[in-house]
Amino acid sequence: MSMKPTPIAVFLAFAVALFLLLPLIAVVPVSFTPARFLSMPTDVWSLRHYQALLDNPAWLQSIWLSLRIGILSSVIATLLALMFSLGIWMFRPWFGSLLFGFVLLPMVAPPVVSAITLYFFLTTLSKVNDVVAYDTWVGVAIAHAVMIAPFAVVMVTVALAQVDRRIDLAARGFGASVSQRVFKVILPNIKFGIFTAFFLSFVLSWEEIGVTLFITSVDAVTLPRMMWMGLRDNIDPAIAAISVILIGIVITVILVKTAFTLKLSRKS
Amino acid sequence: MTSDRLKPVLLLGPLVLFLGLAYLVPFLGVMQWSVTLPEPGFSQYGKAVTDPLIQSVFFRTFRICLIVTFCAVAAAYAIAYVWVRGTPAQRLVTELCILIPFWISVLTRAFGWVALLSNRGLINTWLQAAGIISEPLTMVRNEFGVALGMMHFLIPFAVFPIASAMRSLDERVFLAARGMGASRLRIFWSIFVPMTLPGILGAGLMVFVFALGFFITPAILGGGRSVMIAELIYLRLFQSPDWGLGAAISVILMLIVAALLILMLRLVRPNKMLG
Repeated sequence: MSMKPTPIAVFLAFAVALFLLLPLIAVVPVSFTPARFLSMPTDVWSLRHYQALLDNPAWLQSIWLSLRIGILSSVIATLLALMFSLGIWMFRPWFGSLLFGFVLLPMVAPPVVSAITLYFFLTTLSKVNDVVAYDTWVGVAIAHAVMIAPFAVVMVTVALAQVDRRIDLAARGFGASVSQRVFKVILPNIKFGIFTAFFLSFVLSWEEIGVTLFITSVDAVTLPRMMWMGLRDNIDPAIAAISVILIGIVITVILVKTAFTLKLSRKS
Repeated sequence: MTSDRLKPVLLLGPLVLFLGLAYLVPFLGVMQWSVTLPEPGFSQYGKAVTDPLIQSVFFRTFRICLIVTFCAVAAAYAIAYVWVRGTPAQRLVTELCILIPFWISVLTRAFGWVALLSNRGLINTWLQAAGIISEPLTMVRNEFGVALGMMHFLIPFAVFPIASAMRSLDERVFLAARGMGASRLRIFWSIFVPMTLPGILGAGLMVFVFALGFFITPAILGGGRSVMIAELIYLRLFQSPDWGLGAAISVILMLIVAALLILMLRLVRPNKMLG
């Protein structure tokens, strides 16, 4: 008696699965329309909206900006999160869960509250400098680092939870210093977790729009901000073309990863 | 041994300091806006609670969030069931269908719904070509479109806590029930569902909290007509510079979410939800 799903349950689940895929499928034909407005291609299919992505320097600039912001913010977030999680794991301070709750704040607060908070932060900084300021790329990267640091903390903490404490104790017993324990014992054991934290941070920053909308206006136009503008004003089919490319990347990465895990599980 | 006492501070300090300076202090600043702009006092809070227009936005947000939460959790339950307990092939297909949308940005997904539901979109084009309807159906720029788009975004998030509750069940309970002569349907409704109830409640509360702060999907699929709380804050800040009111509504939203999160921590153990 293993409670295998009945045909009705399988049917319902596949209905939900179809619902989840539907909007991703719908974007594809729209991206090949020859018309200037959102529509289905009828007889003629066209690549003009893909061409528009290459021709319009604003798209390429926004991709380059999003890449820079994504890398800087994930480096900051992963590094700070790594130090923090190591500190909690190694020293287990009595106020640890309080601190942990505090650093998770930006993750649990409604994004719009974080957005107005970071808007306040960056417009205040704008008055004293113009590097970390409203509508600058460094300002956006710092704001993104605030938003993604909690996710990086969760990832690194999960990775640390798998490490056997006895190997750290053994190193300590042999007289290893804190830095030796960190660099020679703990870090090699959580390499994969750190990489996952960095990767997730980058994806979250790359896609971030809720906060970005509040802290940019005309200079720091990230790719999501660029898409947002095309969606709000009049729906530009170039959005469909860029969406198809992004969906294609995600599907490829997930399929490769799934194939890789399946291959590994067959071997073992 | 001062250096040993310093080390935890050196490791823990940077992130705490960073979030303190970039998040906590500015949030206090936002709270200050709410009681000083445009004039000192609690008048903005009074306005946020009594203004009929703002009240209607709060009610609409709660109504949409309740409907969306219910539908998203029900849909997530169905797909999680097959993901956890199906044949290997079924599990692979459902897993891919959960993970692919999960990694795709909220903008792309909202746009996908526009492409499906708009007047010249996929559904209307097909229905008209098939001669089922003569005039296009209005499915976006209203609450229907908003609810559909939000559900789509939230289902994957609801799947994870429900699936983890389903994974941790003890198989022997079903065997025992079978031995006592219970039918499959009875086992499902009287044992399986009640035993996964913590997962259902956890997923429901989490989805509801998420939904309350939603901004992008309602703004695109509602087209400025079914404004929800988050969009209201955006409009107060940037369209009709009314920072005090925007800040006051944000603080109220934060309080509601904090109350719901405390309730959630009481109901479900957090480590169970993440696992």
